[in-house]
Amino acid sequence: MRQKFGLLLVMLMAFSHQAWSVESPRELLPNPQQEAQAEEVGRQLRCLVCQNESIEDSSAPLARDLRQIVRQQVSQGRTSHDILKWMTHRYGDFIRLKPVFDRGTALLWLMPILSLGGALLLARRLWRRRHHPLPLPPLSGEEKARLHKLLTGD
Amino acid sequence: MMELFGPEEGHYALALGCVLALFQGTLPFLGKCRSLRSLATLAVPLAISQCGALLLSFICLILAAVRDDFSVKNIAENSALNKPMLYKIAGVWGNHEGSILLWIVILSLCGAAVACSGHHKTGLTSLFRAYVLAILGLISGGFQLFCLLTSNPFTRLIPMPADGLGMNPLLQDPGLAFHPPILYAGYVGFAVPFAFAVAALISGNVNSLWGRWVRPWTVAAWALLTCGITLGSWWSYYVLGWGGYWFWDPVENASLIPWLSGTALLHSAIVTEKRNGLKIWTVFLAIASFSFSLSGTFLVRSGILNSVHAFANDPARGIFILSLLGLISGGALFLFAWRAPTLNNGPLFSPVSRENALVFNNILLCSLCAVVLTGTLYPPFMQLLFGRTLSVGKPFFDSTTIPLVLPLLFGMGIGTSLSWRHASLGRTFKRLRPAFFLTLITAIPLYWNFRNILAFSAACLALWVITSSITDVVMRLRAVHTLRHLPRGIWGACLAHIGVGVTILGICGMDTAQHAIVASHIGEHHQLEGNDWLLTSVRSLNGPNYQALQADILVSHQGKEVATLHPSLRTFITPHQSTSEVAIHSSIRGDLYAVFGGVQHTNPETYILRLHDNPLAPWIWIGGLIMALGGLLSLPYHRFRYSKQNNLQKTHRTAVSRDHTPCL
Amino acid sequence: MPVTRRHLLAVIPAVGITAFAVGCARMLSRMQQGDYDPRAIHTPMLNQPIPDFANLPSLPGLPPSFDAPTLRQQDHPVLINFLASWCIPCVTELPLLKELSTHVDIWGIVYEDKAERVSAFLNRNDQPYQRVGHDFSGKIAIDWGVSGVPESFLIFPGGRIVWHNSAGLNQEVITREVLPLLELTP
Repeated sequence: MRQKFGLLLVMLMAFSHQAWSVESPRELLPNPQQEAQAEEVGRQLRCLVCQNESIEDSSAPLARDLRQIVRQQVSQGRTSHDILKWMTHRYGDFIRLKPVFDRGTALLWLMPILSLGGALLLARRLWRRRHHPLPLPPLSGEEKARLHKLLTGD
Repeated sequence: MMELFGPEEGHYALALGCVLALFQGTLPFLGKCRSLRSLATLAVPLAISQCGALLLSFICLILAAVRDDFSVKNIAENSALNKPMLYKIAGVWGNHEGSILLWIVILSLCGAAVACSGHHKTGLTSLFRAYVLAILGLISGGFQLFCLLTSNPFTRLIPMPADGLGMNPLLQDPGLAFHPPILYAGYVGFAVPFAFAVAALISGNVNSLWGRWVRPWTVAAWALLTCGITLGSWWSYYVLGWGGYWFWDPVENASLIPWLSGTALLHSAIVTEKRNGLKIWTVFLAIASFSFSLSGTFLVRSGILNSVHAFANDPARGIFILSLLGLISGGALFLFAWRAPTLNNGPLFSPVSRENALVFNNILLCSLCAVVLTGTLYPPFMQLLFGRTLSVGKPFFDSTTIPLVLPLLFGMGIGTSLSWRHASLGRTFKRLRPAFFLTLITAIPLYWNFRNILAFSAACLALWVITSSITDVVMRLRAVHTLRHLPRGIWGACLAHIGVGVTILGICGMDTAQHAIVASHIGEHHQLEGNDWLLTSVRSLNGPNYQALQADILVSHQGKEVATLHPSLRTFITPHQSTSEVAIHSSIRGDLYAVFGGVQHTNPETYILRLHDNPLAPWIWIGGLIMALGGLLSLPYHRFRYSKQNNLQKTHRTAVSRDHTPCL
Repeated sequence: MPVTRRHLLAVIPAVGITAFAVGCARMLSRMQQGDYDPRAIHTPMLNQPIPDFANLPSLPGLPPSFDAPTLRQQDHPVLINFLASWCIPCVTELPLLKELSTHVDIWGIVYEDKAERVSAFLNRNDQPYQRVGHDFSGKIAIDWGVSGVPESFLIFPGGRIVWHNSAGLNQEVITREVLPLLELTP
């Protein structure tokens, strides 16, 4: 059985060194606008070793390195789009917490519309029948007599 | 006495429970086939005795943990001599084997509760109840077999070690001690609506009376699940130490999916009860909610999901749970496919009516559920089918779920003001006018606090939900004149809706949160959001099974002291790990949140601190608790309802007798 | 009984759960066989040219270092192995690498580790590397798309990445995946 010991180990380390998750303030960019951009990009990048956290939230060494690269590139004036492309070039779609829209992810991205549409179609039957009420079965002779009795008030 | 109730007794009791559960699961069907009514009625004592056996088994496991019986493998692996008593007990359900046992115990408690519920008062026939108990027995039996065959918590370890391996310090937390039982109670609670739905499919009988039986169980399970999710979110907020409260992690999603479908079920069951409508749909949701709970259990324990929280996993266990899931949910859904088309769906709905508002609620909730489900399952299935690895995380869920939540919030405000059958638009607008103006008045001053228009609109809609819920109750009160005459359901719904509004407000507030990471000397001041944070001292402390370094931070606002925070770094002895203890000062305005990051050995020493200002953060969890409270408040007391609605019951009884005619 | 739209609609959930269960069963069985890893990251670097990097710092007492052009100019395949002395699977795969080094040249890149610790570690063990470079900052590893150590890449002459493994190597993987590729060497 193949197991990714390396990852597990790094994960364990990420947890045991969780105390160090506070980055050093030296990591941050002095320009608040650039820092905001870097955080925005960092939140879209997945920490590869600690699963489902963005690199901004993670304490793993690799995430720290990636954060540094993001900040370096931001301070060089690269756009968020370029940085994401740079990262995808190295780590593939896996690093993007927000998958790009393509043929493979179309179903994922269209799910809100598809499910809403499907549910509305299903529910339409509840309202549509309103305009074509089911024909009531004709009254039997006994019922007719009773109706007549009720209407005439005998 | 010490030797009594040891692990062997526990093991025996578990096996006994399994046998009882399997009898409970088969006798009622046998009784029906052989027309032996007495066989079917045996389900009640069987359910109660099964519950007793399992409780005994669970107590034995807890006693073994309390007595530090390291000859039990599960305890040797997860406990240690120097672990505090609370965590020795809570540690029992902090691992796979123990949590499965807890899962089963809760299921058997649900079964016993159904067995004891006053069926004759609610018109629940004893045969129908026997069916419900049989289905619960089959589920319980299956999981007990799973427990006994693949994850036995009573397995012995020879030779017995002198001390245990200890427990992950992150899990040694009071929040996490009570989180699993409540969360499981929520998950497992959906087994009861599920059993009712399957029993209804078997007997071919769904009507408004069925809706009335199902609803309290659904509400109870929903309230517990809400509570469990709230606790879990709070735990990750204060333990994981990066100030987040929801990560859209697959394991979190596994609890959110049944919550969403359970919320939909809660509302569609109201339509079934009050208007005898949406019956097929309610049956489907009841099956779906429990199936989602089961799938969540499976995904978390099989190792398929790529998550931080997943249990240590083993594909053999995964296959066993998958087979159980296939038998239980698959069986129910095939039964549904077979029997549902023969059920009639009830009356037609007018476009402007309470029932139609609930239909819209269901459309939106189910779409949300579909989105979260797809997002959670997409990565593993993409990898399986196309060999492509991708991630679906927070940014995706934020951008797809928020557009669905906003109309849901808008509709929540209107829905409660509509009347059943046919509502007049003019009168509804008139009813909603005060809420609309109140929202406007409260929302305008908030505008300047938000940087983000989406967060501001969500906050406005949250205010709209709160104000319209309050004005709705006020108007109803004016109509009935006394508090007592307003049904509890109205109070419960109002409270639950207010809870949703409060949670959304908290989430919107957190959107404006600020943080700073600083390297600080002792005596250094830092400014964040108008507050002054001063590191006064750093000391070392000794805990029961750890050593700690603790910082004292004085927070003041315009020269006035607001709080003193004590974040610390703990180093545990067994197992050797360190954790960061976050310090939080909560108030109605928000949280001041400080994390102690570490020491830089410069001269003089500097300490790395992360300071957060999280406006309205506690509202998120307060809202969750209000929701759960609303749910519990609306639980009906049968005695009370029976005496008041005696006449209604009679009409329902007649409805049962002519079930196959449409109730127009 | 005529099949109506209602019947078709009612079947959808059953079909859904069947698909889900079949998919999960496939995942579990492939997990047991070892060819499905939920934590896997499929690198986009496969069949791509190796990234550029200048000569890596060499380590005391170990074989010389290398740069990207040297790697490209080789006329035989090279296995690039990222390692660190603090990583337990790296230690466990060393004997396997030693054995493999009779079939293929193995060049090591030390990931975020102290020079003296790696030197001591590799000299203490029977080290399999022909060349060893030091990536102290971890930036080279990021250019290669490395997410954790150990990680291995097989490079064909001209500098093309033909195989990648992001876990500790084992005999099965070597015989099933690496050795057949080596026979294909142009």
